[in-house]
Amino acid sequence: MSALNQSGWKPEMGPSGDAKPATFTGNRALMLEEALIFEIGTTDTTGVDLPEVGTVATRLGGLERHRTIGLPGLSEPEAVRHYTRLSRQNYAIDLGFFPLGSCTMKHNPRLNEKVARMAGFADVHPLQPVETVQGALAVINELAVWLIELTGMHGVAMTPKAGAHGELCGILAIKAALEARGDPRSVILVPESAHGTNPATAAFAGFSVENIPATSEGRVDLDALKARLGPDVAGVMITNPNTCGLFERDMKAISDAVHAAGGYVYCDGANFNAIVGRVRPGDLGIDAMHINLHKTFSTPHGGGGPGSGPVVLSEALSPYGPLPFTERHADGRYSLVEEETVGERHPHSFGRMTAFHGQMGMFTRALSYIMSHGADGLRQVAEDAVLNANYILRSLEGTMDAPFAHSGPCMHEALFSDNGLAEGFTTLDIAKGLIDEGYHPMTVYFPLVVHGAMLIEPTETESKATLDQFIGAMRSVVQRAKAGDPSLKSAPHHAPRRRLDETLAARKPLLVWREPEEAVAAE
Amino acid sequence: MRYLPLTTPDRHAMLAAIGAKSIDDLFVDVPAEAQLAGPIAGLPNHASEMVVERHFSDLARRNMAASHHPFFLGCGAYKHHVPASVDHIIQRGEFLTAYTPYQPEIAQGTLQMLFEFQTQVARLFGCDVANASMYDGSTACWEAIGMAGRITKRKKAILSSGLHPHYVSVARTMAKYTGDHLDTALPSLSATTDSARLLDAIDGETSCVVVQYPDILGRIEDLSAIAAKAHEHGALLIAVVTEPVALGAIRAPGEMGADIVVGEGQSLGVGLQFGGPYVGLFACKEKFVRQMPGRLCGETVDAEGKRGFVLTLSTREQHIRREKATSNICTNSGLCALAFSIHMTLLGEKGLRGLAQANHALAVQAADRLARVPGVELVNDSFFNEFTLRLPREARPVVRALADKKVLGGVSLGRLYPNVSELEKGLVVAVTETASVEDIETFATALQEILS
Repeated sequence: MSALNQSGWKPEMGPSGDAKPATFTGNRALMLEEALIFEIGTTDTTGVDLPEVGTVATRLGGLERHRTIGLPGLSEPEAVRHYTRLSRQNYAIDLGFFPLGSCTMKHNPRLNEKVARMAGFADVHPLQPVETVQGALAVINELAVWLIELTGMHGVAMTPKAGAHGELCGILAIKAALEARGDPRSVILVPESAHGTNPATAAFAGFSVENIPATSEGRVDLDALKARLGPDVAGVMITNPNTCGLFERDMKAISDAVHAAGGYVYCDGANFNAIVGRVRPGDLGIDAMHINLHKTFSTPHGGGGPGSGPVVLSEALSPYGPLPFTERHADGRYSLVEEETVGERHPHSFGRMTAFHGQMGMFTRALSYIMSHGADGLRQVAEDAVLNANYILRSLEGTMDAPFAHSGPCMHEALFSDNGLAEGFTTLDIAKGLIDEGYHPMTVYFPLVVHGAMLIEPTETESKATLDQFIGAMRSVVQRAKAGDPSLKSAPHHAPRRRLDETLAARKPLLVWREPEEAVAAE
Repeated sequence: MRYLPLTTPDRHAMLAAIGAKSIDDLFVDVPAEAQLAGPIAGLPNHASEMVVERHFSDLARRNMAASHHPFFLGCGAYKHHVPASVDHIIQRGEFLTAYTPYQPEIAQGTLQMLFEFQTQVARLFGCDVANASMYDGSTACWEAIGMAGRITKRKKAILSSGLHPHYVSVARTMAKYTGDHLDTALPSLSATTDSARLLDAIDGETSCVVVQYPDILGRIEDLSAIAAKAHEHGALLIAVVTEPVALGAIRAPGEMGADIVVGEGQSLGVGLQFGGPYVGLFACKEKFVRQMPGRLCGETVDAEGKRGFVLTLSTREQHIRREKATSNICTNSGLCALAFSIHMTLLGEKGLRGLAQANHALAVQAADRLARVPGVELVNDSFFNEFTLRLPREARPVVRALADKKVLGGVSLGRLYPNVSELEKGLVVAVTETASVEDIETFATALQEILS
C-alpha cells in the first residue's frame, strides 16, 4: 500500500468488497443528487422582494409580453441549497491538486476577490465621466506598466477579453502593420504543437495557416521554418515555452529570421508562468504576446471564464493596437483615449475589439497578485513552477514514457505518452483512475504531436507533500493500466457520475430542458 | 511570498532528487543572454496583504461609486440590485476555482448550471437553443454576424442605426479582415427608428439585418416586418438585447421572427464593474446550432444510466477543428453566466416581470419629470427603462456639471458619437429599480440649475 501514498497523512482504508446498499433518495450521505430548477421551481415563486411602485400607463410601443416565458423561480433558501449542492459536484483548485497542463491552475488568493469587490471598482459604470473614475483608470495603468516591464515590450493593449481574443488582437495588429506598408502577405506559420486557438485565430483574420514541423526533441525545426519563409509569410505564431513543456532555445534566431524575411512574431503567452521574472519576451524579438491573467496572474477560472488577455506589443506593432486605452499625464491625472479623443495621437489603430475597457474585474485581481509577489516573488513563482514540474518529470519517467525527457529539463509542465500501457488501455483510463484517487486529471490528448499525450502542470502553489502523494497515485494508476486491471476501464467508481456517454450527447443534442411531454413530442 | 508553499529545504531536496545543482540548471535551455540576473530593477518587491489592500482602498476612493449617488447611466451597462446570495454562491471555491468542465464526472455542478443557463436564455429570448456564453454583448454580436455569413454564404450585413455604436465599431474592426460588407447609418434624435432604411436595403445579397431591441436611444419597435422581409430574401434577422430585464415586459425577439438573438447579460447578477467582465448571451433557432460559436452543454447519461451533462458538439470548436472552427473562442464567461443564472432563478418569472414593471414605472415617472425641465424634450414615444432627452445645448458639459453636483446623470450622445453635431444635444437616461423618487427629483433639480 505504500505506493499509494508515500508521504504525508494517510487515509484509513475501509474493509474492501462490501456492496454499497442503495438509498431511498439516491443520495449517498454528503453526495447529494439535485434536480433541475425546471423540475423544482415554479413560475409563481420568487426569491426576491419586489419594489413597490405605482402602476403607470405603459409606453412599451404596444409590445407587451403576454405569453408565459417559462422561467422557474426558487425561494432564497431553496436557491442557496440548489447551487450549494451543485457546487459540491465540482472539482476545484480549492479542493485539491489540478495539474491541467497549459492551464496553470494555481491558487486563487482571496485578497484579490476582496479588492475587486470594493465599490470604487465593482460599482462604477464604464461610461462615467473620466473625472469620476480616476482610481479605476489608475489600476488599468499600473497593471499595464507592470506587464510592459515584466515582458520588456513597448506597449500593451488591455482590452482583449481572454487568451484567444488576445491572439486575435495580436494578429490584427500584424495585419494592420502589413496593410500600412502595402504588403499583402497571406500566410501564418504555426507549429504542430500549437493550441487550437492559434490556427483558428489566424484563419479568422483571413490568413491561410501552414504547419511548421517539430524536431525529434520537441522544438520548432528552425531549418524547416527558414526554408518556408518568404514574401507571402505574414508571421509565425509560436508558443514559448511550448506545449511540450520545453523552452524554444532558438527563439531569438527564429525572430531574427522572420524579421529578416519581413514578417512578425506572435508569441502565445499561455505558458508565461514558467519564465515570468527570469526572461523577458521582448529580449527574444517577440512582436506581440498575449498574457492570460487567469493563468500566470492567478485570476480565477470560474468554471470556464471570465478570462482576460492583455497583449504586449513591440515598437513596430504598438501604433496599430486597439482602442480604448488609458494615458497618464504629467500631473498624475488619467485620461481615456477612445474614438472621440484619439485624434492624431493613435491614428493607425485597427479599431475596437470590445464594447468597453476590458476585464476591469480581472485587472484589479491580477494587480493585487502582482503587487503581493513583487519583482522578487514573481521570479520565485517561475522557479518554483519549473522545479515542481521537473520533480514530477524525473519522478515519473521511470514509470511512464516521457518522449522528450532526453531533451533536457522541462519548463512548467511535463509531457508523457501512453506508450507501454496494456493492450486496450488508454490515456483516458489513466485520467479516470486519477479521478478516483481524488485528483483532477492532467490535460489529455494534447499536444497532438505525442500519442495519447498527458501534460502535467503542477504550478508553484503546490507543496512537496502534495506532489509526492500525486506521484505515488500516478505510479499506482499507471501500474494498473500496464497490468490490464479491468476495474480501471470502468473508472471512475467514486465520482458523482460514472463515465458519461458523449457520443449520445453529440448524436442527439439536448441543449435545453423541455417539459417531459414536450420532449416526447419532439422525438 | 505567502502563496508559495515550498520551503528552502524542500527546494534543496527536490533539486537533489532531480539531479540538479541549482535552479539555474533547470533553465539551461534559455540562452544566457536572454536571462535576467535577478529581479527586474525598478519594480517593487513583495508586499503584505495589508499593504496591498491599503493601496486598492486608496485608489477605490478616487472613483464615484454608482450606489453612493443618484445614478442614471445605461447604454449597454445597467445598474440593478443584485441579491446578496448571488455573490455568496459565485465565491464558493467549487465554482470560482474550477476549470472548463473537460472531465464531466467531476464537473456536474458547472455543467448542470450551464444547462439551466442555456435553457433560461433560450426561453427569455424566445429561441430554441442557447450556448454557454460569450465574452460580452459586443463580441456576441459580431460572432452572430459571422455565423449568419456562414449560413447564408453572403457578405452583406445591414446594421440598424439604433445598434450600440461600440458594437458597430467591434463589427467594423472584424469586418475589415473577414471581408464582410457592413451597411451602417447614424441615428437621428427622433422617435422613429430607421426600419424603413433597413427594409429598403434588404436584397438577395443580404446575409443579415442586425437590430438592437430596445435600441441605443431606448426606442422599442416590432421586428416582425423586418424578419419577414429578411426571410423573403433568404437573409437572417439578428436581434441584439443589451438590457435583458426588458424582456420581462416586452415581447421576445424570437417570437417576432429573429433567427439569432444575442445580448449582454450584465444586468442580471454581474454588476457594473467598469465594463467587464460581462457575459455575452447567444441564442438561435435549432436548425442553426451546428454553426453556433462557443461552448454548448448537453444532456446525456452515464454508464449506470443516470442523467448527466457534458460539453458537446465540440467538432465546431477550435481545439478539434483548428483553422476550420466556427470561432476561436476558448475561455468564455462561465462565472458570470452562473451569476446571471442564479439571479434569474431567484427572480423567477414572477420576479422578472415585477422587476421589469418597476423599472418601466420609474422610467415613465423620470421621463415626465425631466421633460418638465425648461428647454428639455423627451425624444422617445416608446421606451422600457431608458430614454433620450434633447437638451437645449450640448450634453457633454452638462453631464460633467451634473457629476460636479454629485449626480451621475446619463450618457451624452457626444461621448458615443464624437463630432456628430446633430446628436450632441442628446442625453440618454436609464432608470432602474435602484433609483428612488428622491433621486429623480435631485437629478431634475440639478439639471434645471445647470441649464438655467
